[in-house]
Amino acid sequence: MNKLTEKPIYNDEIVKKFTLATVFWGVVGFAVGVFIALQMAFPELNFGEYFTFGRLRPLHTSAVIFAFGGNALFATSYFSVQRTCRTRLWGDGFANFTFWGYQFFIVLAAVGYVTGVTQGKEYAEPEWYADLWLTIVWVVYLVVFLMTLKNREEAHIYVGNWFFLSFIVTVAVLHLANNAVIPVSFTSVKSYPLWGGVQSALIQWWYGHNAVGFFLTAGFLGIMYYFVPKRAERPVYSYRLSILHFWSLIFIYIWAGPHHLHYTSLPDWAQTLGATFSIMLWMPSWGGMVNGMMTLSGAWHKLREDPVLRFMIISLAFYGMSTFEGPLMSIKTVNALSHYTDWTIGHVHSGALGWVAFISFGALYHLVPVLWKREGLYSLKLVNMHLWIATIGIVLYIAAMWVSGIMQGLMWRTYDDMGFLEYSFVESVMAMHPFYLIRALGGILFLVGALIMVYNFYKTIKGDRTEESESRFKEVAHA
Amino acid sequence: MRPEKKDIDELSGIETTGHSWDGIKELNTPSPRWWLIIFIVSCVWAVGYWFYYPAWPTLTGNGERGGTEGTAGWTQYKQLEEQQAEIVARKAAYQSRFDAADFSTIQNDEELYAFAIAGGKSAFKDNCATCHGTGGAGGPGYPNLNDDDWIWGGTIEDIQQTLQYGIRGNHDETRFNEMPAYADILDAEDIEAVADYVVAKAAGNALPERGAVVFEENCAACHGEDAKGLRELGGPNLADAIWLYADDRNAIVSQIRKPKHGIMPAWEGRLSPSTIRQLTIYVHSLGGGEK
Repeated sequence: MNKLTEKPIYNDEIVKKFTLATVFWGVVGFAVGVFIALQMAFPELNFGEYFTFGRLRPLHTSAVIFAFGGNALFATSYFSVQRTCRTRLWGDGFANFTFWGYQFFIVLAAVGYVTGVTQGKEYAEPEWYADLWLTIVWVVYLVVFLMTLKNREEAHIYVGNWFFLSFIVTVAVLHLANNAVIPVSFTSVKSYPLWGGVQSALIQWWYGHNAVGFFLTAGFLGIMYYFVPKRAERPVYSYRLSILHFWSLIFIYIWAGPHHLHYTSLPDWAQTLGATFSIMLWMPSWGGMVNGMMTLSGAWHKLREDPVLRFMIISLAFYGMSTFEGPLMSIKTVNALSHYTDWTIGHVHSGALGWVAFISFGALYHLVPVLWKREGLYSLKLVNMHLWIATIGIVLYIAAMWVSGIMQGLMWRTYDDMGFLEYSFVESVMAMHPFYLIRALGGILFLVGALIMVYNFYKTIKGDRTEESESRFKEVAHA
Repeated sequence: MRPEKKDIDELSGIETTGHSWDGIKELNTPSPRWWLIIFIVSCVWAVGYWFYYPAWPTLTGNGERGGTEGTAGWTQYKQLEEQQAEIVARKAAYQSRFDAADFSTIQNDEELYAFAIAGGKSAFKDNCATCHGTGGAGGPGYPNLNDDDWIWGGTIEDIQQTLQYGIRGNHDETRFNEMPAYADILDAEDIEAVADYVVAKAAGNALPERGAVVFEENCAACHGEDAKGLRELGGPNLADAIWLYADDRNAIVSQIRKPKHGIMPAWEGRLSPSTIRQLTIYVHSLGGGEK
């Protein structure tokens, strides 16, 4: 058998599972987000012990980052690693284990959140038993990915896979270091961290910032590097840029964490170091945007025709915006105003909604017809509708948070002529109410967009057609 | 030897790297010059910054909290001090005169009074408004500070004492009283009767006889013979139709049977003596202050 001419039979069953899980957890995560946004505007919505903001907030962040984002990364990395290595995903059983194991982790963590079991570390809330389980799942993921790379039928490893691999390896290291805890006993859900005080805070934000850097940036750049050139049917703009920005990104990102601890008991030198590495990180981050956007050079007309590609390019624009805003916010003078305000929340969401979710939507719209062997999507009109409703939602969200965040920061630091604080904390909370409403509206629009996507996928998988898709499929067939 | 055949992308005219993954090729375009320049400039800037500010840990652990000191001599504590200095200077224009003056001097000095009200208002919103409301109007269980119904007294000294030591607080000097649970002392009929008496008294209606007897035997010692309260003991006035919890008869019955007792923390030690004096003058100014 000639391995080079024989097309391998890819394991797409596993990708299908992860794809469906991505869509499911996405809707759950967005819906919880809308609910807690409304809780901020209307505190009466804090029902009972289990559904208070404090417990639902980690449910929201974990559902969107780890459940929606994580499943999207599994789906796209398993899909693209097979194709760029021209070999079947290694270990069907192991891959299957990563699916069920990961879903089990999500449920385990979520049950903990609502019942009040938490380590109290942002984005690392799950307690030791869930952490241990995730470690096992993650190591299996790494092995499946590495073995597939090892079995590749291509001479070189594609750039998208560098990003996926750096994401898998670094997340493992971060997870282990930040969750180094000692359980009270083997039958207790409670544990205490090995690190204490400011050391613990530094490790937490080294973890937290690199969760953004490696989970939400490197991982999703892996998605970008496969799906953008694939969809645009154009070569990647610059191989040299991809090398430079990959190595500079992963080297510099890992240092930037301390900018989360400006003006705290963390020593001054560590704060400065974190801030300077964040500034140096600006161009390495933008390298991904440049490479993605410029891949369209010579094919810009495709943006007019293909709303799926439009999703990807808008996501790169948001990526560029938030990776400029991040270094800006790491500068001490800016941070003194922005820290602890809604500005941070707005920044996170321009990255999470604009970049992470939009590049995922783009990839999902590309994946679903391929995986279910349909000629194309049920309706491109609905894709376009999703795109614009969600974009308006994001703009409302982040604009409201910019205004309310800066207002909050200014109110907290205003002194009157006699040297007394002009505003109390509660007054700043009251002043934010209208912006909380706008934010909730933005979130609702984003959720509505996602529901339109669910409907489109349902119809696509079912094999339904619209007049538009009918003629689109004919065109493809004739071409 | 690989055949030397260049793969040129038709649209851009740029050479590819010669590989293809699932149909994806890569152009060998050089990195954009502006990108490289900004990257290098940001690195140079960072290195300069490291010399100017504390930036790296030292091997010996000496230096400003274990790191290099930087040529600027900057620390976050110095920055805080510098920025606070301006605020402190604004206060300093009044502070020492305020601290040296007694209440009546302050109340008769326009500037010092304005200073006390500004400081008191600022402290009130951050410390007191949670229970007493932003405007001091109170709520069920939390006394209204705008009216002239004072449980422990409404002179400026009374208010200062309450603020300083609290009510049922954790200070040795705290104001303290506790109404017994009459469910354990009186039978239900007596409790109903005395509740009727209190309701009638507050409304200015004819007073029921049985209730009057129960009141005199059980309640008058703290609430006064005329039910107008005894401030020395913190026995609230029951005759003015102002209620701490609720104004319906059921609430009164329940308060007699098993009374709720609010707690006001002692603010001494939490707020500076000067702030407590500013708060005292502010609360006194809210509407009910007594001479």
